This record gives sequence, C-alpha cells and structure tokens, in this order.
Amino acid sequence: MSNAKAIRAPFDPTMLFKMVFLAVVAIIVVVPLLATLFGGFKSLGELRVNPFGLPRHWEWQNYADILFSARYWQLLRNSLIISTLTVALTLIVASMAAFTFAHIRFYGSSMLLSYLTLGLLFPAATAVLPLFIKVRDLGLLDTYFGVALPQAAFGLAMSVLLLRRFFKDIPYELLEAALVDGCSYIKFFRYVTLPLSRPILATVGTITFVNSWNAYLLPLVMLNTDALYPWPLGIMIYQGEYSSEWHLILAFITLTILPTIILFLLAQKHIVAGLTAGAVKG
Amino acid sequence: MTVARRTASVSAIGAAGEMVPRVTVRGPSWDSRLTVLVLFLPPALLLFTLFVVLPIGEAAWYSGFNWNGFGRPTNWIGLDNYRFVLETRAFWLALRNNGLIIAVSLAIQLPLALTLALMLAERFRGAVALRMLFFMPYILAEIATGLIFSFVYDGDYGLVASIWRSFGAEPPHLLASTDTAMLAVLIVIVWKYFGFHMMLFIAALQGLDKSLVEAARIDGATRSQVLRHVVIPLLYPTIRLSVFFAIVGSLQLFDLVMPLTRGGPADSSNTMVSFLYNNGISRMRVGYGSAIGVILFAICVTFAFTYKRWFMRDE
Repeated sequence: MSNAKAIRAPFDPTMLFKMVFLAVVAIIVVVPLLATLFGGFKSLGELRVNPFGLPRHWEWQNYADILFSARYWQLLRNSLIISTLTVALTLIVASMAAFTFAHIRFYGSSMLLSYLTLGLLFPAATAVLPLFIKVRDLGLLDTYFGVALPQAAFGLAMSVLLLRRFFKDIPYELLEAALVDGCSYIKFFRYVTLPLSRPILATVGTITFVNSWNAYLLPLVMLNTDALYPWPLGIMIYQGEYSSEWHLILAFITLTILPTIILFLLAQKHIVAGLTAGAVKG
Repeated sequence: MTVARRTASVSAIGAAGEMVPRVTVRGPSWDSRLTVLVLFLPPALLLFTLFVVLPIGEAAWYSGFNWNGFGRPTNWIGLDNYRFVLETRAFWLALRNNGLIIAVSLAIQLPLALTLALMLAERFRGAVALRMLFFMPYILAEIATGLIFSFVYDGDYGLVASIWRSFGAEPPHLLASTDTAMLAVLIVIVWKYFGFHMMLFIAALQGLDKSLVEAARIDGATRSQVLRHVVIPLLYPTIRLSVFFAIVGSLQLFDLVMPLTRGGPADSSNTMVSFLYNNGISRMRVGYGSAIGVILFAICVTFAFTYKRWFMRDE
C-alpha cells in the first residue's frame, strides 16, 4: 500500500473534511471584517436591509468625510507619538539592560534579572490606581509621557528577556577580541552588538509598537484632554456620539484599523516571531 | 591612559592590524565594565521600580484607607475594603466570568487552535495565507474588535439580526440581555484569540523532530496513532504554555469588554479588570479599587507560581 498514492487519490474524505473545515473558519474570520469594510460604503438604510453583501450604491462620502476631518488625523498623530515614544524608550532602556545582563558578570545579576521578570506575572491593571496617583504626583498626568513611561515599564520584562537571549548568542570570541584590542564595552555595544541585533530590535520594536498602538486602559486613565487622545479612546467617543449611525462608525473603524493591517502585512515576520516568542524560549 | 584607550579602540573598530601594546588591555576593559554597570542598568531598574513595583506596594498600602485620591490618605479602615469587595455580588460574578473565559479557552479555543495548526503545519497551496488570515484578529485592537462585534450583534442593523430576520424571527439584542451578554463576549474572545494559540502550535510543530514521526510510521503506526501517541505528547510543553497564556490573558481582559457591554447589563459580563475599572477607577474610590487590584495581583502571582511549579518544571 503506497502512501503517496493513497493521499493523492481523487476522493479522500478526510481531505474534503479538512477543506470544508478550513473554509468555514476562514468565512467566520473574514465576514465580520468585510462587513465592516463594506458597511462603511453603505447608507444607513441599505445597511439595515443588506448588512452582508457588497454595497449596491457606493457611498464614498462616509470615508471622505472622515479622511478630510481634522479629528481623524489628530487621533492617528497622538497614537503615533505615544507609540513612538514607547518604542524608543523600550528599545533604549531594554537593550542597555539586556547588554549588561548578557555580557557582564556581577554579584546579584541573576537576582536583578528575576526582579525584572516579575513584570511578566501580573497585568498593568492591578496597580492602575496607584499608578495614576504616581503619574499625577510626577506632574505627568495628561501628557504623552504619562502614558508612554508606564507602557514602556510594563513591556520591559519581555523586551529585556528577548534581547538578552539574542545578545548572548553573539559569539563570545568577538567580544574577547574587541576587549583585547582595547575596545570598551560601551563601544562594543554601540558598534557591534546593536548593528548585529537589528532583527531582534525590529521584532521587539514592532510588538511594542502594536501593543502601544492598540492600548486602551492606560491612556483612558492618564489622559483627560480630547486633543491628546489616541485613536482607541477617540473611536469610543465617536461611537458614543453617533450611537446608531453604524455606517459612519464602520467607516471610522475601517480607517483606524487600516494602519495596523498595513503594518501587519509589511512586518508579519517580526510580529508573528515577536508575539509567539514566549513559546520558543526555554 | 586616555590616549592609549582612544588609539586602542580605533584599532578595534577601524584600522585592523595596527599594533597596540597589550598593557593597556586590563585598564579600559575593567573600568568600562564598571561604567556599563553604572550607566546601563539603572534606567531599566528605575523605570521598572517606579512604574511597576512601587504602585503594587502602594496598592497594598492604599487598600487600607477610605480615600478619594485627593490630599493624603488619612481615613484608615484596616481590612474593610477587602470585606466590601468580597461582599459585592458583582465581584463574584466577575470571578465567575473569568472562570468561564478560562473554561471556554480550554474546552473550545485550544482544541480548535490545535486542529487548525495540525492542518496548516503541512505544506499546501494557501496554507501560509490561511495562517496569516487566522492570526489577523489577534493583532487588531481589542477596542476595534469589540466595536466590530457590537455591530455584528446589533439588534437592528447587525449581521446576527439579519440572519434572524431571514428566518422570519424577531432579532434578539444579545448584548442587552443578562442571559446572553457573556455568551456573546465569549464568542468574540474565541474569534480574536484562537489564531494566536494556533501560531504557537504551528511554531512548535515546525520545530518537531520529524524522525520520530517517520520512525513510528515505518513501524506501522496509522496516522491517528502517530498523532495520539507521538505528536501530541511532543506538543505537551506548548499546550501547557498555551493554557498559561489563556489563563493570564483572561485575568487581564478589559479592552474587549468595554465596547461590547461595559461589563453590563447588571454586571453580568464584567471581568475582574472591568469590575476594577467600573467600581474603583471611574469613581476614584482609591482604597476600594486598590483592594480589588491587590486581590487580582494575588490571584495572578499565586496562579503563575503554582502553574510554573506543577506543570512547567522541565522548562
């Protein structure tokens, strides 16, 4: 009985079952997304009678109104600023700490590392009230940094672990040779470690960015001024204002998740690698 | 000394082959190591201590007060806040809902993710595209996902309503009923997170030692026997990890609930964090909210340590 032949037989019930199963799951994933995209092109009346199908009459106005509104761009700008700040803070602070943990042996290093990894154990929400008071006392309430600093702090543990593992894999002979030649650790970090670590920096940067871009709770607690709101806060307010004008809300949702989807398509390798990184670690 | 160091580092980076006297080696590497320790470590430790560790400690302190967050906390009430939390019906509902989320993750999401991973780990046309498609809900913002599904569930305009109407039935308002709100939230959770777990399993399957599977096949094991006795046991570490993520994820679920139900109606779909938000943060009841936070913290840490000890000892 040849296996290769059996698998390629014209009718294979398990194969058929598999295809049907995958198709059903794919439909369940895709339909809400497409209905959102197309819903933004419909009028409210059409949405009610035809929520699934293609628009019979394409209402470009819904999207155009949002794209030409200052509000939409302001939300994206705020999100971009907060996310960029968070990514920059995380990469700088975490890579420096990871370098120290990877290359320098000192008394208490493993203890300090376990101290940092405590951050993996509980969500930011547990301490969000004291965090609010701390940020207020520091005078950072209602500023971009009031959101970016805690976000970077809570992403630190994972970032340090990922970076440290990568830094450790840089051949030790390289460091030895540089030190023998009189290169300092800091120069080695700047001119050897960082350039060699671009893939992992991109991965950590991308997941930090996505997490910060999507975050809701911290900005909700730390920001009071509409002008500073990132898009998840803005879209909730938008939904409150246009509570049942679903065609507008759907257009707004589509336009706000578009950047995420584009980023995902461009950087899917880094995103998948970064978000499933916990699985590979020992 | 400074001059020596400068020339030395130039030789390391730029002009290779330039002779450097070896005597300078011990000097720079020694104190540059100290410089690194002094410069590189404190920012991370400071950031982490200030915004992660201290707030947890302060939560424990604040939880002893009846305090609205203004001025200094003075009204010490001991453990009363904890008693108030435990006496709130909504707290137990939230805890039950977190339990439900975990149960659904284990009973539905995990088998689904594993099945899909086994199907998509093989190579065929479209497998990679399907993987990416199934992973996509995971990277969408929880807020956007919640809003999309509040449209899907909408009793007037939504997809569910339209299906109901095509059967001539009166469309239900799923999110507005205490009986169905949590069920509706659970469906969205599976929709959003199964792709993440699937990716975990695919990554594990691709790292699997193929020779074991082949050996079993040569020894005459059928496909399903190989699956049951070889592949699944090899995946146990990943399954344990996936369960760990599902439970930790359920304990911090908040963003998804807000656009769907805000924890309502009548607290029927609160999670621990949305309960904390609705009762502590939005009313600035710092002591009460901190007590909820401390309870949640205790649950998370106890769980993480026991789980690590019992199930993930080998990793």
